[in-house]
Amino acid sequence: MNPLTGYLLVAALLFAIGLAGALTRRNAILVLVGIELMLNAANLNLIAFWRYGPHPELLTGMMFAIFSIAVAAAEAAVGLGLVIQIHRHAHTTDLDAMSRMKG
Amino acid sequence: MSIVFYVIAGLSVAGALAAVLLKNTVHCALALTLAFAGLALLFLELDAQFAGFAQILVYIGAVAILVVFAILLTRGSETPHETVYSRNPLVGLVTAAAIFAVLGWAVLHSSQALPGPAGTPTAEPQVTVMDIGNALMGRYVLPLEIVALLLTAALIGAVIVAMHEKEAAR
Repeated sequence: MNPLTGYLLVAALLFAIGLAGALTRRNAILVLVGIELMLNAANLNLIAFWRYGPHPELLTGMMFAIFSIAVAAAEAAVGLGLVIQIHRHAHTTDLDAMSRMKG
Repeated sequence: MSIVFYVIAGLSVAGALAAVLLKNTVHCALALTLAFAGLALLFLELDAQFAGFAQILVYIGAVAILVVFAILLTRGSETPHETVYSRNPLVGLVTAAAIFAVLGWAVLHSSQALPGPAGTPTAEPQVTVMDIGNALMGRYVLPLEIVALLLTAALIGAVIVAMHEKEAAR
């Protein structure tokens, strides 16, 4: 098997697992965990294409992955801050119980 | 494909599955750390040393700790008595399976067109951390500044969002 194909398949599998977690879990924190897994799968794709692409010395895919890691960290901080604030307000992290946006 | 790749890929996929399927949320966070570590090893296997160590520092060192903090602060560590899945989990499962089927089909059917054909080992790219630093300060300096601004905004935003509202209410 082509080595790039193996990495792309693993990334697709991780993305599907993360999506399944984000769509099926009740706990808001675990939905964020699923989103993080999806972002990581995308990063794996970027690095794999950088490694096996025609011009690795240009560092394009590597830079994209590094910036993506930074943006994902910012997203996790804001998302978990929101979850903590919602828990303080509504005393639940159950997404099915959060049916109103009004405070 | 080497045996190392299969072991690491199996480790990260098992960690991801456990993070999504386990009932206890603290166990989910620990399994998530395992998945992140597996992904960092995959990055190292792809000769992306800097990205691999950045992954370890940022994800295992920061994001996983944040997730554990959020779980403990929201008292989510107690295993819920009723189901941990949403009202109709089948829709989500079918969507995820369909997306995996489409992605897998696309990858397998385009493997002839992908770079790096099987059998011919591509040369390891000679990239040092100095090259990455030069690129960050040269060609990618504008994205770097934008990311710095974004991180500052996210830091302030997270603090403001999670702050107590008692002063504002008075």
